[in-house]
Amino acid sequence: MWYVIVAAGILLCAILAVTSKRLLVSAIWLAVTSALTALMLYLLGAPQIAVIELSVGAGLVTVLFVFAINISGEEPLNLKPIMPRPLAWGLVVVAVGMTAYLLINSGILGSALVTSTTRPSILWEDRYLDIILQVSFIFCGVLGVLGVLSGGKPEIKEEDEE
Amino acid sequence: MNLPIPFIVGLAILSLAGVGFYCLLATRNLIKVIVGLQLIVKGVMLTFVLAGNLNDQVSLAQSMALTVIVADTIVAVVGLALAVQIRHKLGTLDTKALSSLKR
Repeated sequence: MWYVIVAAGILLCAILAVTSKRLLVSAIWLAVTSALTALMLYLLGAPQIAVIELSVGAGLVTVLFVFAINISGEEPLNLKPIMPRPLAWGLVVVAVGMTAYLLINSGILGSALVTSTTRPSILWEDRYLDIILQVSFIFCGVLGVLGVLSGGKPEIKEEDEE
Repeated sequence: MNLPIPFIVGLAILSLAGVGFYCLLATRNLIKVIVGLQLIVKGVMLTFVLAGNLNDQVSLAQSMALTVIVADTIVAVVGLALAVQIRHKLGTLDTKALSSLKR
């Protein structure tokens, strides 16, 4: 029963995040979607990753979104889509259908994750590559934050010179 | 109504992926594009944990999902930085305006 409620909430919040007219409201709905995803991860028996998703997905990313929207300013979202909506919906149905076929028929969920160990310290002892990847990702992220923050600097300098 | 749990979680995964795909296809605002990417990645993360849950390999699934979360956050940060810089340079967040780079 809990799963049905959480899944319906995820779908509803995702649709609201995509269709809302204001960017700020869209970011808030994305945060709610993230929190519900964290709840579903917890229900599936992965509490550690649920906590990380809740703090990073619903916390950090939302703060970054609000920050970026504040810097760049709200822009009216009544632009015409690039491709006609029926074509977009058709492509979405095709993509989702193929994903569902893969999930159900080819047994991906049954054979994707097979390893000999079940220790909780698996990340630190068996998956060095992931850790190196994460370190480099975090370095890229720091550079990205610098990119966000450096947006307003030139104008300030000009004001000082005047 | 007594649906099996993997079926319900699978529906949630497919709905997240579908809404994210639609957002990527139909929207022209750069920040909305990043919202769509985030939705798809949340679906991927749920898929990892569901697969781990079905195979009693939750710890391996969690380590993979952690990598996905880190990568997803970094993609969001870099994308937002790009959006802010484009807004400063071109004065708009419209993806069609980016074609002015060709001229």
